Amino acid sequence: MSAVQEHPSLPEDKPLVLDGKRYESRLLVGTGKYRDLEETRLAIEASGAEIVTVAVRRTNLGQNPDEPNLLDVLPPERYTILPNTAGCYTAEDAVRTCRLARELLDGHNLVKLEVLGDEKTLYPNVTETLAAAETLVKDGFKVMVYTTDDPLIAQRLEEMGCIAVMPLGAPIGSGLGIRNPYNIRMILENAKVPVLVDAGVGTASDATIAMELGCDGVLMNTAIAQAGDPIRMARAMKLAIESGREAWLAGRMPRKLYASASSPLEGTFF
Amino acid sequence: MQVIVNGEPMTLADASSVADLLNQLTLTGRRIAVEVNLEIVPRSQHDQHRLREGDRVEVVGAIGGG
Repeated sequence: MSAVQEHPSLPEDKPLVLDGKRYESRLLVGTGKYRDLEETRLAIEASGAEIVTVAVRRTNLGQNPDEPNLLDVLPPERYTILPNTAGCYTAEDAVRTCRLARELLDGHNLVKLEVLGDEKTLYPNVTETLAAAETLVKDGFKVMVYTTDDPLIAQRLEEMGCIAVMPLGAPIGSGLGIRNPYNIRMILENAKVPVLVDAGVGTASDATIAMELGCDGVLMNTAIAQAGDPIRMARAMKLAIESGREAWLAGRMPRKLYASASSPLEGTFF
Repeated sequence: MQVIVNGEPMTLADASSVADLLNQLTLTGRRIAVEVNLEIVPRSQHDQHRLREGDRVEVVGAIGGG
């Protein structure tokens, strides 16, 4: 942000807008795999994220009524809560999960749709994802959809009315980074809705690469939660996202096969 | 009467409402959502909605996830 002020010739960045709401941060974070709720809270605060994903599961019936729950440490008044359909392998289960989430969050319609195909890869089941997206859009949900990095499917999901398309960089929780940047570029070229890389980021440079490609944001969970120091990694990711965005706005130099001297040859005295 | 709550059998007084069930589970006022036989029972109807023998109830909440 400060770079923009120092160099007024740089174009102002457009904010990320989802479902009519503007966001300063382009980093979206999950809330799973942390040691405890306090670590979750601190890491999310350090990440600067304004949108956090949550899962919907059976309430533990034996729990102590005074035990804090996730939404006590991440109040919906402060964060945009993005319920996901993680663990769903059918369109039916995903739709059911979204409806429960809407009830849970007092009519909030923003959801992250993910329908998985296989436990080993957690790869999206595209046919079930399309079926679920169709039902959810008709039912008034604002669907941010996790999908493969297939440009045609991404376009189809957009045409169906999904408000954001979220291709994977690599399998969920793998930390393998952006495996197919060319596909992400193709998706970006055609998209009129925000495109966010969801899944696959392992470290800060992966997030930067996604942003340098022109993505509108990145959603991650494991890369922060399973880092040696999650709070520090959350901050690293915040900076990585900002750096990648700035680099994309600035426009990188062209790649050249051979060297091009940075110091002038004129005026040499040897 | 017996109902199934989150997959577990549970005995309730006859004609108990969803609100009675939540009270018994000390979940009153918690941020949860309730489904009975795959149909959501909105919060505004917890008092009125009477449970019946064999109903399958799901009580869900938000937990950490990506």
